[in-house]
Amino acid sequence: MAIANFGLNTLEHLATLPPDWPGGFWWHWLVFTVIIIAFVLALVMGFIWIERRGMARMQARLGPNRAGPFGLLQPVADAIKVLLKEDIIPARGDKIVHWLAPVVVFVPALMIFAVVPFQNGALLADLNIGILYVVAISSVATLGVFMAGWGSNNKYSLLGAMRNVAAVVSYEVPLVLSIVGVVMIAGSLSMNQIVLAQNIPFILLQPLGFLIFFIGGCAEINRSPFDLFEADSEIVAGFHTEYSGMKFAMFYLAEYAEALAISAIITTLFLGGWRGPLLAPWLWFVIKTIAVFFVMIWTRTTLPRIRIDQLMALAWKFLFPLALINLFITAIEVLAWPEALPWTMILVNIAIMAVLVLLWSKFFKLGWGRVAV
Amino acid sequence: MQFERYGKGIAKGLRVTITHLLRHPVTVQYPEQRLNTSRRIRGNELIWDNIKCTGCGTCAKTCPQGAIEIITSVNLEENKYTVEEIEVDTGYCIQCGLCVEACPYAALFMGYAYERAQYRRDDVVQTNEGLLPSAERRPSGYMYPEIAKELPRQTLLVERITEEK
Repeated sequence: MAIANFGLNTLEHLATLPPDWPGGFWWHWLVFTVIIIAFVLALVMGFIWIERRGMARMQARLGPNRAGPFGLLQPVADAIKVLLKEDIIPARGDKIVHWLAPVVVFVPALMIFAVVPFQNGALLADLNIGILYVVAISSVATLGVFMAGWGSNNKYSLLGAMRNVAAVVSYEVPLVLSIVGVVMIAGSLSMNQIVLAQNIPFILLQPLGFLIFFIGGCAEINRSPFDLFEADSEIVAGFHTEYSGMKFAMFYLAEYAEALAISAIITTLFLGGWRGPLLAPWLWFVIKTIAVFFVMIWTRTTLPRIRIDQLMALAWKFLFPLALINLFITAIEVLAWPEALPWTMILVNIAIMAVLVLLWSKFFKLGWGRVAV
Repeated sequence: MQFERYGKGIAKGLRVTITHLLRHPVTVQYPEQRLNTSRRIRGNELIWDNIKCTGCGTCAKTCPQGAIEIITSVNLEENKYTVEEIEVDTGYCIQCGLCVEACPYAALFMGYAYERAQYRRDDVVQTNEGLLPSAERRPSGYMYPEIAKELPRQTLLVERITEEK
């Protein structure tokens, strides 16, 4: 009776609440958290499968095809295997840091999806600073990588972690600058508003920005050809050399979750997000995300790993000036000709991209072959 | 103007990988799919014809590894040598085929089979009856074109048999 009374009272209480009472968001929060976690886990499994099969076919191999039809259950089998493995902590390592690192890497990758719109308005939190939030959160993962390198008490781990920190700090600059161009055209930092502003996908209006964002994004999430933070042939496996079992699985998961996040952000910023004809919006979103990831696989299969000096030179001598110029040109375009015909703008922008890339390729040099040690 | 430094190299590489995506894979799924080996394969066993063999021991003398051991005795009634024991340690065999080439009576052949892995070293030693030909121990066409003619043609990867499951 008391409980019923309590329930009744609560209902009456709810009715008298102001409409912006945060308790009303709880269902929204719960549903979208579940959706995001399910989406990330399912698509990460799919990505691992696509990557292994696709890469194999590009190398005239077959890829995993034993577990389940077409090897679809291979990621599941790998996950089970890795869960059952022994969890090793280096005897002289920093145990707490070693334990925390995989979590610190994985959680930001998951948190990025809070602002990624799956449909119009279908997102956990439509922050009005959505893309800024993404930039801020994604940098936290670097801390986790450095914790892993430090906590392992292993020179290769530390080397890989330091390379990662150096690269992420460098690539963050062109990455953010290329986002600013999109934000200026869309006139909003909210991810949903950016999608709504894309009557023409921004890849056409911002071809150079897309190129810079794609390269910078690949570098930031350790995708080949920028995977020298975990280069097997140089520094064993970089920051996760000393990890095994579930903690290694977390790193592996985080790596693909970050790839998924970057693909989703590229989709949202440059490819029109969930917008598209005929199919359901969320389906368009997934298709575009997978397409972006496929391009990442494609470049990974094609290009050899670059050196650390090439990596830094590409960030500071190539991407950074181009991103600045792109920012200025976009600003001028938005200010001077806000009502210009989109197709002329597209052609002009593509021409500008071609000229700039050719010009900067000509200037791009790597220390003239001289190495000072 | 050379465009190799301006991203053309990357574009070329990307084209190569994407065309490979549509290419036929060359992976042979071994236990289910087998390729026919060369008809003149020097497989890792020896086939011995005990009727033609005179026990001259030429094979043992030519073997660079000393892997062939042959013991003969004089058979006065039939006026010839009898092979008492022939023992080939194929674990030492380097598949050079010199014994087959040296045999003056065409009594020794390289094997056509190649799946002779064993768990113990003793198991790869072939003795007397273990050297005789049988259904699964066929002689290969090495040195003997007339045997090679009988064997199935070698499978080439361009024939794309690797795709059928």
